[in-house]
Amino acid sequence: MFGRTFAIRSLTSKALLGAVLASTVAIAACSGTSSAGNGGNTCPSTNTLTGAGSTFDQPLFSKMFEQYPNVKCGAQVSYSPVGSGTGISQLLAGTVDFGATDAPMSDTQLSQSTNGPIVHIPVTLGAVAITYNLSQVPASTQLKFTGPLIADIYLGTVKFWDDPAITQLNPGVTLPHEAIAVVHRSDGSGTTGIFTHYLSAISPTWQSQVGAANTVNWPVGVGAKGNAGVAAQVKSTAGSIGYNELAYVLTNSIQYGVVQNAAGNYVAPSLDSAKAAAANVTQIPDDLRFYIVNAPGTDSYPISGFSWVIVYKNQKDADKGQAIANLVWWMIHDGQQYSTPLSYVPLPSTIVTKGEAQVKSLTCGSSACYKG
Amino acid sequence: MQFPLAGALTATQQRSRAWLTQLRIQARRPGDLLFRSLIILFVVTVIGVVVGVAWVLLSSSLPTIRTFGLNFLRYNAFDPVHNLYGVSPAIFGTLVTSAIALILALPIGIGTAIFLVDFCPRRLRAPIAFLVDALAAIPSVVIGLWGFLVFAPWLQHTGEPWLQQHFGFLPFFQGQPQGVGLLAAGLILTFMILPIITAITREVMLVVPVSQREAMLALGATRWEVIRYAVLPFARVGIAGAAILGLGRALGETIAVTLVIGNQAAPPSASLFNTGYTLASVIANQFGEATPGLFISAVMEAGLILLILTLITNIFARLLVARLGHGRVRKVVI
Repeated sequence: MFGRTFAIRSLTSKALLGAVLASTVAIAACSGTSSAGNGGNTCPSTNTLTGAGSTFDQPLFSKMFEQYPNVKCGAQVSYSPVGSGTGISQLLAGTVDFGATDAPMSDTQLSQSTNGPIVHIPVTLGAVAITYNLSQVPASTQLKFTGPLIADIYLGTVKFWDDPAITQLNPGVTLPHEAIAVVHRSDGSGTTGIFTHYLSAISPTWQSQVGAANTVNWPVGVGAKGNAGVAAQVKSTAGSIGYNELAYVLTNSIQYGVVQNAAGNYVAPSLDSAKAAAANVTQIPDDLRFYIVNAPGTDSYPISGFSWVIVYKNQKDADKGQAIANLVWWMIHDGQQYSTPLSYVPLPSTIVTKGEAQVKSLTCGSSACYKG
Repeated sequence: MQFPLAGALTATQQRSRAWLTQLRIQARRPGDLLFRSLIILFVVTVIGVVVGVAWVLLSSSLPTIRTFGLNFLRYNAFDPVHNLYGVSPAIFGTLVTSAIALILALPIGIGTAIFLVDFCPRRLRAPIAFLVDALAAIPSVVIGLWGFLVFAPWLQHTGEPWLQQHFGFLPFFQGQPQGVGLLAAGLILTFMILPIITAITREVMLVVPVSQREAMLALGATRWEVIRYAVLPFARVGIAGAAILGLGRALGETIAVTLVIGNQAAPPSASLFNTGYTLASVIANQFGEATPGLFISAVMEAGLILLILTLITNIFARLLVARLGHGRVRKVVI
């Protein structure tokens, strides 16, 4: 811990020295009118920041923000896990400094901004596991699923566990003639967002009938509140199937399946397979608003997705803007060390590089907010 | 403020005199003036909050009111993908679960109160009354979690199959037992409103004059007849009030119901095994992730409808109480 902090210090002081020189030149060049000109050699005076949004991010963020005040130029960050949708609303209303969301903002939402463009920066990754409760299947066996099969189960067209569509994928496993009890989230959720985007990507029927969003109109099933609710419902109902956040299945005893990815391999959800999915995405839009479901690559787990921090591109308060830029920069770099212990997927370096560009694009008045 | 010589003066004089007297009193007692202003302020605050809530709900649900109109009451889904919102299953679920709760809690609550007041050994009265009150003190999220983790699985494996076996011919108990659903929510609500109904009924029965009971006993009435003809008619306005309070709680209960109701609109049928929604559970489920635009507005309109529904049932119940209050105590024929 200490070693790491010192490393940051020495790095930053070098950077600061550079920035001081640069800003001196800048002042000389534009005759000292730039208000942010001397920002490089000091920390911003803003020492509290507020954020709101995703509940999925909360355990990771609370660890990060517990550490952040101890970091050089750190600040107190208060984060309210009120849900992604409310996080977006609060950013649009200007009541928070940053939002956090598990689904990128839509064009309509972006157009509602009265403070200029909004920038998306991926901060962590989630993956969704397919959980089930079948006492007939030994714990050592993981049932195999394909995307179309999951879609058919959630559409209600595959109704029994011994349906040929399931038995053909799982030779050697004796499946009972038992009705499939479908469980889904009742509350709006980023987990649902990733899951339904995957189903939409893989099943045209799903896309046209149900579609993809954090809340959808489920054709069948029972709705349970929260990840824990879905897991409890699956555990208490024989013959049930559900979907859960990766961290949840890694830390709880619940059966979960392997899912066929775009390369045709059956892959179990894990930190590595989700990271592989994010690293193997080839077409990344510049604004980083994208879903990585059904990603290419032999080891990629197909049901994965990002969680983003959202901030205004043009910060009106230069000092606060600098503090925000510092925070987000830290979150996608040193902050990532807290991911793995908490069963979050650390960002692959390709995405970090893209995120860096986004942070650097933030402007405080006439200059960039990030001075690192 | 009564003026002693009022009869001898004209109306205008009366008024001005009364006003002057009042002014004099107020001048003499600034404490009175302060107290008056203070309580008026409190009343205005209460009214302001209610009006403010109603105004916010109404103004923020305007987008969906404009887009869907009355169809909002008819559509059966919250579907942000296709931008279609409706609350018909939620209104249905709210009414059905509250009705189950009231139908079950009223006899149980009144029975418990009768036992506590008239039959209970004196030593047991305080402990039992305490237990009933303790039930009211359990936070709803705890009842909800118990309902979800313990009660619903029991219903699924034992309770609902039993009902189906013995009463399966009724339309209420058909279909696949799922544990969570309208029945589970109705029963959880029963547990939650039981203490309110029991406690209030007990209090109003305690104030029935002893002389009235003794008169009945002197006439040779049995204990049941005393309760039926002397106690219950006297207490019925109070009991109706208890039912209103219970209903109010049942209509608006959120988290416990959300956990056990299944949160999925089932095709319309009379089966209580079906999953469903209530207005409050729709709000609890959707508000966090509702995105700006029609979605938020739909959640707000669900809140508005819940407010209106609560007002309507309250007015209806109050009219009922008023009628009960005016009715005479029935003549006793023994």
